[in-house]
Amino acid sequence: MIEPFEPLIIGFTCNWCSYRAADMAGISRIKYPPNIRLIRLMCSGRLDPTFVLKALAGGADGVMVTGCHPGDCHYVDQNYKALRRFLLLKRTLTQLGVEPERLKLYWASAAEGIYLAQAITEFTEQVRTLGPLHWPRNGGFHEEGKELVAAAVNPVVALPQQPEEVKE
Amino acid sequence: MSTNGKPKFAMYWAASCGGCEIAVLNIHEKILDVDANFEVVFWPVAMDAKYKDVEAMEDGSILLTLFNGAIRNDENEHIAKLLRQKTKILVAFGSCANEGCMPALANLSPLHEIFDVAYHTISTDNPQGIHPEPHYTVPEGEISIPTLYPVVKTLDQVVDVDYYMPGCPPESHQIAAVIDLVIQVLQGRAELPPKGSVIGAGNSTVCDECKRTRNVKNIKEFKRIQEVMLDPQLCILEQGVICSGPATRSGCTALCPTAGAPCIGCYGPAADVLDFGARLMTAVASVIDSNDPTEIEHILDGIPDPAGMFYRFNLAGSVLHSSKSAWEGK
Amino acid sequence: MSSDEHAPQERVGVYVCHCGTNIAGIVDVENVSKWAGEHLKSRGVVIARDYKFMCSSLGQELIEKDIKELGLTRVVVAACSPHLHEKTFRTATARGGLNPYFCELVSIREQVSWVHTDKAAATAKSKAVIAGGVERVLYHEALEPLHVPIHPATLIVGGGIAGISAALEIADAGFPVYMVEREPSIGGHMAQFDKTFPTMDCSACILTPKMVSVGTHPHVTMLSWSEVTKVDGYVGNFTVTVRKKPRYVNTELCTGCGICQEKCPKKVIDDIFEAGLSYRKVVYTPFPQAVPKYPVIDRENCTYFQKGTCKACEKFCPTNAIDFNQKEEYVTFPVGNIILATGFEPFDPRRIPQYGYGRLANVFTSLEFERLCNAAGPTQGKVVLRDGVTQPKAVGIIHCVGSRDRNYNNYCSVICCMQSLKFAHLVHERTGADVYNFYIDIRTAFKDYDEFYQRVLEEGTHFVRGKVAEVTDAAREPGEEGKLIVQVEDTLLGKQRRIPLDMVILSAGLEPRHDAKETAKLFGISCSSAGWYIEKHPKLDPVATLTEGIFLAGVAQGPKDIPACVAQGAAAAARVLGRIEQKEIELEPIRATVDADKCSGCRICNDLCPFTAISFHEDTMVSEINPALCQGCGTCVAACPAGAISGTGFSDKQVLAQLDGLLMLNVA
Repeated sequence: MIEPFEPLIIGFTCNWCSYRAADMAGISRIKYPPNIRLIRLMCSGRLDPTFVLKALAGGADGVMVTGCHPGDCHYVDQNYKALRRFLLLKRTLTQLGVEPERLKLYWASAAEGIYLAQAITEFTEQVRTLGPLHWPRNGGFHEEGKELVAAAVNPVVALPQQPEEVKE
Repeated sequence: MSTNGKPKFAMYWAASCGGCEIAVLNIHEKILDVDANFEVVFWPVAMDAKYKDVEAMEDGSILLTLFNGAIRNDENEHIAKLLRQKTKILVAFGSCANEGCMPALANLSPLHEIFDVAYHTISTDNPQGIHPEPHYTVPEGEISIPTLYPVVKTLDQVVDVDYYMPGCPPESHQIAAVIDLVIQVLQGRAELPPKGSVIGAGNSTVCDECKRTRNVKNIKEFKRIQEVMLDPQLCILEQGVICSGPATRSGCTALCPTAGAPCIGCYGPAADVLDFGARLMTAVASVIDSNDPTEIEHILDGIPDPAGMFYRFNLAGSVLHSSKSAWEGK
Repeated sequence: MSSDEHAPQERVGVYVCHCGTNIAGIVDVENVSKWAGEHLKSRGVVIARDYKFMCSSLGQELIEKDIKELGLTRVVVAACSPHLHEKTFRTATARGGLNPYFCELVSIREQVSWVHTDKAAATAKSKAVIAGGVERVLYHEALEPLHVPIHPATLIVGGGIAGISAALEIADAGFPVYMVEREPSIGGHMAQFDKTFPTMDCSACILTPKMVSVGTHPHVTMLSWSEVTKVDGYVGNFTVTVRKKPRYVNTELCTGCGICQEKCPKKVIDDIFEAGLSYRKVVYTPFPQAVPKYPVIDRENCTYFQKGTCKACEKFCPTNAIDFNQKEEYVTFPVGNIILATGFEPFDPRRIPQYGYGRLANVFTSLEFERLCNAAGPTQGKVVLRDGVTQPKAVGIIHCVGSRDRNYNNYCSVICCMQSLKFAHLVHERTGADVYNFYIDIRTAFKDYDEFYQRVLEEGTHFVRGKVAEVTDAAREPGEEGKLIVQVEDTLLGKQRRIPLDMVILSAGLEPRHDAKETAKLFGISCSSAGWYIEKHPKLDPVATLTEGIFLAGVAQGPKDIPACVAQGAAAAARVLGRIEQKEIELEPIRATVDADKCSGCRICNDLCPFTAISFHEDTMVSEINPALCQGCGTCVAACPAGAISGTGFSDKQVLAQLDGLLMLNVA
């Protein structure tokens, strides 16, 4: 029996809004899948693209970045900086072959526990359908990739015939 | 087998362009100091020596090896491991060895695509569509060439590296300074920096050495270098052209911005930075002058190739190392 | 990234809380704690315990005891949300002899046991969460809170009843207050009302003594006809810049005699105080009991300023107080705390065209009706139609105009029901008219309010439960000619009704000031999506904001009635007085710092700080962060391309270590 794929998702939350929304979901006993593991930052503006890269390289199949709604940032407008970085990071990651559906930016206010839970649920299913990312650790490629190496380097191609002797 | 008692020196090029060798020779007369203080035992560009000569050396008998070039195939890896075995102080020399540099841009494509492009150009006469193979039998026997890896690696991803000298190439004045330092160490007048240090570079980023005026940054549009007459006094990034200077290690005296061109990041990331591309991306994105997603996307359209722009020199050494298509081979 | 540099050096204690069955009911806490002790040993864990209630004194003692007896250097507690008990466990850690910041609380309740049903998955996730905490705590540093002195002066922005209430509390306690009010006089909207519910006290009668107290108080510096333009600094040490708009009247010389107003030949419509129902002169005080008493000259309409002639006011002023050359003046002063009491603006019913305001003459807004009822108002308190003469025989009052409505404002404006009942009562009192109140609910929740409702019921008011569809003058049936017809579904009768009336009053809701967002930004606080200033906690702290030193009072924080405004103003004042009394305040040491050696002076960070904590030094070509201004958001830390900015509490190393832990990368 094949075990269903359980994606591993890392979520970044901000202390004032989205982390409190996650708390609110808890207080209201709203259920969502256990695939997501949350990291609390003071602000979505603290989100360094390096964190997202490390998450993906470290085994996460999806990354969710959350923060206060635009205009409601506890630190005034730092979530806009997170937005700008996220959009650029998404473009770069798409070029690197990370499907854009593996990244999500979601704004949630402290009272929106139910919406955050819904968003987490939807995102988990979305990443599940994409399958595991399985980014190779420490550079290089997976052991399975060695076959691919062979295939790429030794394509099945007809060996060239010996040139016909030119008859005088 | 050396008979003159001088410490041994080696320099090797893996997947590289030869620029690092030229940079070393560019130290001009200082090369005489190298000759005076070292015995060069292995330097393919400058002298004749065989791999078996290196294999025959005692382990650790080479004092200093400057290894430039990235690890592209199994020969590169083999020699890297060989030289690591035979060398006391192994320096990852130049951007290729440090972080991948240009060869690592191949990590954006799977191997089969690279072969398709390389062996099927308009001017390539290859009617049978032959791609190189590592092993091939001919009447005289079996011949082999190194096997390409699907993903280019940095030197420290295959062996333990003692020091890192960044740059594409490392600037000659920095090379001269490092040689001076090593000579001083040999003479007991100085201490080697801690293992793993970056040498031949500054402590900050290129902006530290750049003479242009800088103001608070707010960018409404990204431009390509050919689209704008740059004001020579003003910070290039402020003028809308992406300059990697803020994220690139100092040490080169900001040659490119001084000459009127944006820094492209050849000296690699600043100290303790994990991913060069992430730092440059975050800095550039943070100063985009818009809060509206549609407008931001429009402004970002001014960066047509973000992976190439932000990981130009650093792809193999970055957190993700390569694109999925490269390591998947698809 | 995960380096073993710390693992052998630190001694970590892990404490897994059952929280009764809150956590233990879903997460196998014994298994988790045993796991932590075994599998995180290589990461430095020397003891792992589980306990029923970690936040209890016995639970806390476990931590203290282990620190002392086992030489722990780090503590990880897996329990509820840090927002509840981070301080509790930090304090316990401190009692044990460690710096409190060596304690990390990770949530396996709100984030795990309360939101997941799969016990195996919840248990596995808890292990990962704890691994994250352990990895992170290895990189924690000993931090000390910042101590910041508190300047005894307070700035109160807004001279309405809330601001006045706060000002009097603070000034009476003996401390200096600066009151900044953008209108020529304090008093706010309450000065415009006629009677206040439920007592039917004359608004001006109860307000003006307080206004006079503030205006004459030795500890109050009154800055009316002024606005705050800049706020620098941080709690305890704000530097405020106020722009005093030119009155063109020299307040040193003016005696408030009012001759200038008498003699001024030009009248304009007063659309602020009189809600557009009456005139004022170009040199004017908004109402007779204005505090301060000094008039202002409305430059845009003044004949002298526009054409260079007239100057009647100057001619007749007995003390030569008119000064046409007066310029605006900027004053700067230090304060320790700021209370924002900037009030509200009424909803503009023109946005609901089907109610006919602005098109149908006898449709009035609530504010207009207040002025009508006011004895000093345009009709000397007579309830008459727009013609100024005719008494209405039937009056309709529509509740919830612009409130409780997804098309306009979703929220309830709290005071309109009582206000509508008040209007009903006043109409009964002053006319013999039939009164209809069109309502959705009757919200009369506070002291004596419901009794007032009963009284209005007994006065014979007709109550129709239904949202009014339209107010029209298009007559369809006999008896409707020349009337205003309210078309409404009477939900209790289950019928559509058309009710002909002479006058319709729209109880317009309360809205945030149109520039509330800008004001919020000026003071470093935020507005909710509805536009009201955001309080620190909606239930437990409605007077503080998330920005230290900035407090809220009155409707600016959300619709409320006058007693609540007074209470909140006093509460904000009490909070401020407590701060002043303590003379200094402790700030969380979550701050960013620039490593000057690494900083290249690229200035990318400079404009990223909304608290202007980052400055650039031209001489050294290096940026610097003021730790007292820095609020610790970390945006600059994430933005620095050279990695030259580090942030305490949420450093790169700490976050990346937590990530490693969550991904279970170092687990044996």
